[in-house]
Amino acid sequence: MAPTLAVFKLASCDGCQLTLLDCEDELLALAGEVEIAHFLEASSAVAPGPYDLSLVEGSVTTAEDAERVRAIRANSRHLVTIGACATAGGIQALRNYADVDEYRRVVYAHPEYISTLATSTPVSAHVGVDFELRGCPIDRRQLIEVITAFLAGRKPDVPNHSVCFECKRRGTVCVTVAHGTPCLGPVTHAGCGALCPAYRRGCFGCFGPSGSVNLPALIPVLRRDGMDDAAVERFLHTFNAPAFDEELRS
Amino acid sequence: MTDTQGPAVLDRDGLNALVAELVAQGRTVIGPTVRDGAVVLAELESADDLPFGWGVELDAGRYRLVRRTDGAAFAHSAGPQSWKNFLHPARQRLWSADRTPSGGVDFTADEPAAPSYAFLGVRPCDLRAIAIQDRVLTGGRYEDTGYARRRTGAFLIAAECTEPGATCFCVSTGGGPAADPGYDLALTEVDGRFLVRVGSEAGGELLARLPHSAADEGTERAAHAAVDAARDRMGRALPPVDVRALLAGSADAERWDDVAERCLTCGNCTMVCPTCFCVTTEEVTDLTGDHTERWQRWDSCFDLDFSYLHGGPVRASARSRYRQWLTHKLSTWHDQFDSSGCVGCGRCISWCPVGIDITEEVTALAAEAGTGPTASADPRTES
Repeated sequence: MAPTLAVFKLASCDGCQLTLLDCEDELLALAGEVEIAHFLEASSAVAPGPYDLSLVEGSVTTAEDAERVRAIRANSRHLVTIGACATAGGIQALRNYADVDEYRRVVYAHPEYISTLATSTPVSAHVGVDFELRGCPIDRRQLIEVITAFLAGRKPDVPNHSVCFECKRRGTVCVTVAHGTPCLGPVTHAGCGALCPAYRRGCFGCFGPSGSVNLPALIPVLRRDGMDDAAVERFLHTFNAPAFDEELRS
Repeated sequence: MTDTQGPAVLDRDGLNALVAELVAQGRTVIGPTVRDGAVVLAELESADDLPFGWGVELDAGRYRLVRRTDGAAFAHSAGPQSWKNFLHPARQRLWSADRTPSGGVDFTADEPAAPSYAFLGVRPCDLRAIAIQDRVLTGGRYEDTGYARRRTGAFLIAAECTEPGATCFCVSTGGGPAADPGYDLALTEVDGRFLVRVGSEAGGELLARLPHSAADEGTERAAHAAVDAARDRMGRALPPVDVRALLAGSADAERWDDVAERCLTCGNCTMVCPTCFCVTTEEVTDLTGDHTERWQRWDSCFDLDFSYLHGGPVRASARSRYRQWLTHKLSTWHDQFDSSGCVGCGRCISWCPVGIDITEEVTALAAEAGTGPTASADPRTES
């Protein structure tokens, strides 16, 4: 029998699980190799677990999320988190730096209806995770590679190095060196194929820190290229804020 | 290879004819051209694609295109790429395999016919870098057959250096702005004309088909003077010490901690280096598991996974990785390949986002070792 694949979401925008539906050329082949047992974005037909491979999108922002992710883990032989929310808390982790009660009062007419945790945390803070796939959103080719590697019982070919490797391999001129454009590529995990620099934009770090990071060394370069302290903080505080903050402290 | 005929002079029409003739021969002509705010190496359709009137301003971690008033085509220093991008490409498939209906496996080696390359505007430093990669990739017991295929048919047109950049230091690595043998043709640009020297039979045959004149004494004198002047205008220099011995004895230097504080370990220096050759190979399967491919791609000693053995990386710290790169480049390369791995092109200085300067690091190591700049011989004897 084909292994079962399940897709779950916590606090997230659904963009990463949509990436699975975006795999148009591979979808039929995928459906031939796995039984898609739980994928609400694609079908309301749900088969019971346990599942051989669960893909989990989103971060833990409520007590219910925390409970659900434990249940998902208990019902999954392999659990892979997909996207910046699930691997680093996502953009909603900006709440970790703010007063959530104040947000609740300002945003909602009936704050008493809102039950939420003070922080947004990655899945790995709650349960064991077999593999983390980065990005906001994840890269389609990397998703297929992770599933393919799972089916073959091998390690996924998902390098831990910086985005600079991808710029240089595709022949993109360095936007920092040649244009003075602030870029997080040297400290950011590869995987997107160096998309933004190919369009002459600096990398904004949506894949989070790479496997080998010296973030403090990059800060003077960002300052040289026109960023003040507040701008540097904003640059680092997008989709992977807690992960980059940890690198700043280390 | 020695000159097979006397020097000649090409004017702009002659240069146009040179590219047109190579294209007509079916060659893929690669040369400098302006793209994305830099002089990159890319396929040229005609000599019009050359960066006439563009120069560069370089510093550690900084590269800017600037306009030149003289309209020169080859007055820019090493850019973000080198010829290895074509001879030793970032990615190539080595073989693929398919499961057969009977349960066996069929292997197919990838041996595509190489493009018939002509490289126009190869700087003397890069000519030396190609010679180094020739030794590394085809000189030993395990020839890189893909490299050999691409390299064998490549036609090299050197452009001697008359405009070194602020990050250039070829003279202190034993090189210089004049082209060493190894080219098919060598150009020296002088006021919109090009002195041409022939370095091979194929070069001589090509020149014979181009509109040219015999070199006049004035052009020859001006060309030599421009190259001689370039020798004295290098922006940087390695210290005049025995660099090979210095690095071999510096494993425990404190300077490595200093540079590790600044190093991003992003790998840019190795990617832009024209001699860095390290690759990794990865097997990829398709979803069915019935088809697999082996791909070779550039790797870097700055990648944590580069030294990953059972249980973890051998070189986990930035200190150990920077030390590995510099020590291999300048010292153990001699043990392996009978030369230094550095040609002094300056790319690793310009294209390092934080501007780490290899000449500054070696100078600091020399100072720490007590073999300061005045302690040893002329660097030109250090190969």
